[in-house]
Amino acid sequence: MTFSIPWHALLGGMLLGLSAAILMLFSGKVAGISSIVNGLIQPKKGDTAWRAAFIIAMILSAIFIAPFDINLPSLRPDSYLLIALAGLLVGVGTRLGNGCTSGHGIVGMGRFSVRSIVATVVFIISAIVVVYFRQLFGAI
Amino acid sequence: MHYSSLFRIAVAAVAGLLFGAGMVISEMVDPNKVTAFLNVTGAWDPSLAFVMGGALLVFTPIYHGVIKKRQTAINGEPLQLSHKTKVDAPLILGASIFGIGWGLAGFCPGPAVSSLSSVNPVIIVFIVFMLLGMQLANQYLVGRVCSLFTTKRGH
Repeated sequence: MTFSIPWHALLGGMLLGLSAAILMLFSGKVAGISSIVNGLIQPKKGDTAWRAAFIIAMILSAIFIAPFDINLPSLRPDSYLLIALAGLLVGVGTRLGNGCTSGHGIVGMGRFSVRSIVATVVFIISAIVVVYFRQLFGAI
Repeated sequence: MHYSSLFRIAVAAVAGLLFGAGMVISEMVDPNKVTAFLNVTGAWDPSLAFVMGGALLVFTPIYHGVIKKRQTAINGEPLQLSHKTKVDAPLILGASIFGIGWGLAGFCPGPAVSSLSSVNPVIIVFIVFMLLGMQLANQYLVGRVCSLFTTKRGH
């Protein structure tokens, strides 16, 4: 078995890093998606327009790159109950823990923040355990 | 509208476009791919480690080499960074809960938002309940940390 570098993953990841660097260098903001979204549902005066612009551009991005034959995957409709529960846990968890894969995993880790490094290790281990049980019960 | 807020909106739009493209190109938007990355005891697919690796490869040197030295952003605003340093119970609890949700469906906030243009009901349901979860946690946090804030900050 040979291993080859997944270039798509690496290139896509580098774009995420570039995005986070641009946002912080030019306007001092952290590219943490859960925090950017939360600022829209808990709006503060003068601090919502840039968040809306970021989120709208992020949503439109998939449409702009579709002509290059890079498309969103077709999702098979899983159990909606499971999807809803997952969404709820992701929402609660990212607020309590002050961030998600982007805010902690990219920006926080890149800054060598101990809190973010701990959070990233914890949520990856937690997700690995859940996937282990999903596999155990034949869900994967 | 002030020039400064237009600048901020333009920067956010450029960053948002790059972020969304990165999410789709890297295949972080595919929950099967995410599950395969987390399935370390089964048919492990390590490729998503390259997403975080690639992101850190670009962000880390720019942060430490340029941003940290400046301490202010190019538009003159201070860096909006968290100054918390203590690893506390809410952080661990929150990260654990987030991980459970991530492992259950293979979605985290970035990929879910980046997939919204598909108008797929799976994505819509996930986002609606994620917003609900955030609002629930916000209510909980307000009730708990409100008094702490007023006594410690004093303004």
